[in-house]
Amino acid sequence: MSTAPSPAPEAFIRVQQEPRFVALRSKYRRFAFPMTVFFLAWYLSYVLVAAFAPQFMAIRVFGYVNIGILWGLLQFVSTFAITSIYVSFANRKLDPEATAIRQELEAEAANTAPAAPEQGAEQGTEQDTQAEEGKA
Amino acid sequence: MNAQSIMAAQILAAEKGEQVGNPWINMGIFGLFVAVTLVVVLRASRNTKTAADYLAGGRAFTGQQNGTAIAGDYLSAASFLGIVGAIAIYGYDGFLYSIGFLVAWLVALLLVAELLRNTGKFTMADVLSFRLRQKPVRIAACITTMAVCLFYLLAQMAGAGGLVSLLLGISDRAGQSVVIIVVGALMIFYVLIGGMKGTTWVQIIKACLLIAGAFVMTIWALALYGFDFSALLGGAVQTAGTDKILEPGLQYGKSVVTKLDFISLGLALVLGTAGLPHVLMRFYTVPTAKEARKSVVWAIWLIGAFYLFTLVLGYAAGAMIGADTIKAAPGGQNSAAPLLAFHLGGSVLLGIIAAVAFATILAVVAGLAITAAASFSHDIYGSVIKKGKASPEKEVKVARRTVVVIGIVAIVGGIGAQGQNVAFLVALAFAVAASANLPTILYSLFWKRFSTRGALWSMYGGLGSALILIIFSPVMSGTATSMIQGVNFAIFPLANPGIVSIPLAFLLGWLGSITDGNKEDPAKAAEMEVRSLTGIGAEAAVDH
Repeated sequence: MSTAPSPAPEAFIRVQQEPRFVALRSKYRRFAFPMTVFFLAWYLSYVLVAAFAPQFMAIRVFGYVNIGILWGLLQFVSTFAITSIYVSFANRKLDPEATAIRQELEAEAANTAPAAPEQGAEQGTEQDTQAEEGKA
Repeated sequence: MNAQSIMAAQILAAEKGEQVGNPWINMGIFGLFVAVTLVVVLRASRNTKTAADYLAGGRAFTGQQNGTAIAGDYLSAASFLGIVGAIAIYGYDGFLYSIGFLVAWLVALLLVAELLRNTGKFTMADVLSFRLRQKPVRIAACITTMAVCLFYLLAQMAGAGGLVSLLLGISDRAGQSVVIIVVGALMIFYVLIGGMKGTTWVQIIKACLLIAGAFVMTIWALALYGFDFSALLGGAVQTAGTDKILEPGLQYGKSVVTKLDFISLGLALVLGTAGLPHVLMRFYTVPTAKEARKSVVWAIWLIGAFYLFTLVLGYAAGAMIGADTIKAAPGGQNSAAPLLAFHLGGSVLLGIIAAVAFATILAVVAGLAITAAASFSHDIYGSVIKKGKASPEKEVKVARRTVVVIGIVAIVGGIGAQGQNVAFLVALAFAVAASANLPTILYSLFWKRFSTRGALWSMYGGLGSALILIIFSPVMSGTATSMIQGVNFAIFPLANPGIVSIPLAFLLGWLGSITDGNKEDPAKAAEMEVRSLTGIGAEAAVDH
């Protein structure tokens, strides 16, 4: 089903070490990991305060609207905001790099390898031979 | 005035355990939905030939379509009936469900969706077993997939039973069981004929109907309070006679144990979504990782908007119907949304909302069935039994047979699970998903040292501990609302196991990996990492 021939195992190992791929990976992780820590902490602090300091959540801000409801609604706002920030980050910083590396690999695979069998998850049975090729 | 007094009489009737509204209208509108979706499913099935067609909808849906379908898959009866009911009765504590269910999508967006689309094919196990040993990891992943799907299915079926008792005036068990059988049979038919493509379209149609219906009700309810949310909250306080419903603690504030339960639930909700197999599988129905990202973004906006509606609807039901009336109605908590619809728009709006709720159950059940079937046919039959040499036609055939089996199991289980709060049952499914699936997914995507033993320990340990804790929790025995009455073996005090089983599964995954002498294949690990980030070699869309 995949149309382009897949690169050889050595190619993957080589690309994995290449500075541009390492840069792409760290760019992605430097965004995703701290952001994950941030929203989990923000969410869990909300849950903890709701559980152990309900009287704080009950403080009225205006009308019948209290801190608990506002903080809950702010969780919605932060979720929407993080989504938008990530999308713009990924579109600008990740996609061009990822596409460049992919196209290079695809071009290389098309030139060198004969049409390789479909690479995929069910290839585990061929793992051993591939590992040896990888070491060679 | 006259109409109002009729309504009042009917709501009074609900209080006495009789039906409200006109069952013929309810059935008529639902029948219309079934007719329309049947046509769509039959049309969708025309182009279904290969396994990628049947199990992944040809990978040809756009991000926008898939995002809507994800919302349709995710906004189950639990989200609608369960959350509205929980807010109406417990006030603020019900709101936690909405927040957890929504924030959880950030885990899927930031860490899972795109990488999964780039590395896998049909199932969660494709990713988990990519660089680990195929056979044991696939078997484990299939077992956890089945377990999560089953819990989720039970919740939906229980919702169907409760809804029926309210809407069709069928309050005896036998009558409800007949309806559960009808829902199950319809689901089997949809999935058999339409596969993933048909299921996706049913979910898209249903998502539009559900969100539109909730939107109309929200505007309507707010209009009655002059579009002043604070005044609506005031109405809820007045009906309840206490402003406790605006603060946390009504359901979970009684003791330290219930507070821990609240935190446990919060953890399970936020970490469960990205481990739900039927959500993960939806990422394979789009052509690229970029479209997978777009789908999540669409889903987050739709789901977020919907949960804001449920906040209004829950308090509106609390204000206009009242907790006592809701609890006394057939279907209990789950009847808050339909009762509110009846209060606002009479039999017609009730009929529409009821039909939408049925459609919701049907669509979610179909999504679960195709996920479980894909896991069995692709992971167990295709990869373990036939070692990757099964023809796609045969895999599809096995998937179809599995659908029938799962449908029958869902019907039998649904008949057994009647009367439980559906949001609560779904929360258990989330706890199982967060414990059994998420740690392994994250480890295999991000941790080089992760090994086969770590994966097995984490999956079986997470699944086993979650299940054992549920069995020995108050959910099963010891309280008036437990599943098994008359005995008490509830030695674990929390209703939700997440706070124990999720950290345990992470710990086991780490421990299993560092004690595993077998190094996994570095070439496979390199391939997985490069593929996951660049999308090289990812499954392309099917051309027709």
